Amino acid sequence: MTIAGFTPLAGLLGGALIGLGSAVLLLANGRIAGVSGILGRSLFPERGDLAWRLAFLVGLPAGAALATHLAGDVHGFAITGSPVLLVAGGPLVGFGTQLGSGCTSGHGVCGIARGSRRSIVATVVFMATAAVTVFVMRHVVGGA
Amino acid sequence: MQVVAALLCGLVFGAGLAVSGMTNPAKVLAFLDVAGPWDPTLALVMGGALAVSAAGVALARRSLRPWLAETFALPTRRDLDRDLLLGAALFGVGWGLVGLCPGPALANLFRPSGELLLYVGALLGGALLHRLATQRPPAAASVSAAERS
Repeated sequence: MTIAGFTPLAGLLGGALIGLGSAVLLLANGRIAGVSGILGRSLFPERGDLAWRLAFLVGLPAGAALATHLAGDVHGFAITGSPVLLVAGGPLVGFGTQLGSGCTSGHGVCGIARGSRRSIVATVVFMATAAVTVFVMRHVVGGA
Repeated sequence: MQVVAALLCGLVFGAGLAVSGMTNPAKVLAFLDVAGPWDPTLALVMGGALAVSAAGVALARRSLRPWLAETFALPTRRDLDRDLLLGAALFGVGWGLVGLCPGPALANLFRPSGELLLYVGALLGGALLHRLATQRPPAAASVSAAERS
């Protein structure tokens, strides 16, 4: 196995910032920083429950823009999937995260940090199906 | 105050996504592709995030209430039901096809391309489909029940 493009320090630092945002949202507002949950429940919000959700969601691109402005675009940004893959993948991610009550942030970071059995299992499942999908697309189909 | 706190948390979270490189789908796919040249960065991102997040959870467990809210709004379910497993499986397939989970998809919106907007639109459509299929009937029922009383 060859290792390529490994950026351990940026990974740890970025991860710590993701953890910090999650920790403070929990300590300050008592909320889980799960992006799919915050997004999904802003579609048909309960009364008085929308503003903090939109504020968090707006913060994501604003924070990414700020970091990219200050540190430079170290990692780049390239969507390699064809439009067909984007139109197929988007609904799978959108529907799947709502059905499964979470994504990489809600289950993978916040849920595992809480020791939630559901989140640990969900994370193992989506990591596994994602790895199998990439394997099939790159090494079996080969056209991705 | 809760809105300001949420905005700041979103800012820090989004900055973390950009610093970690998880905003680049190619980098995420290079982690998920265990048979190709492998980029282990995502594992360290998860590790760093979990360490700090777990410290927050430990502090929260010793708190009676959040700084700005009345109560902690935490999931309480422990059962492994079909929806959890099927939903996680479907999400993983979509994530593997494109390399963008919801957080990075939204974080990248500061540099919108046609492809990104197409993907985010499709993602929102999928989420909306689930909400329409599951959330609307109970919501409508509770409203009509409230109107009757």
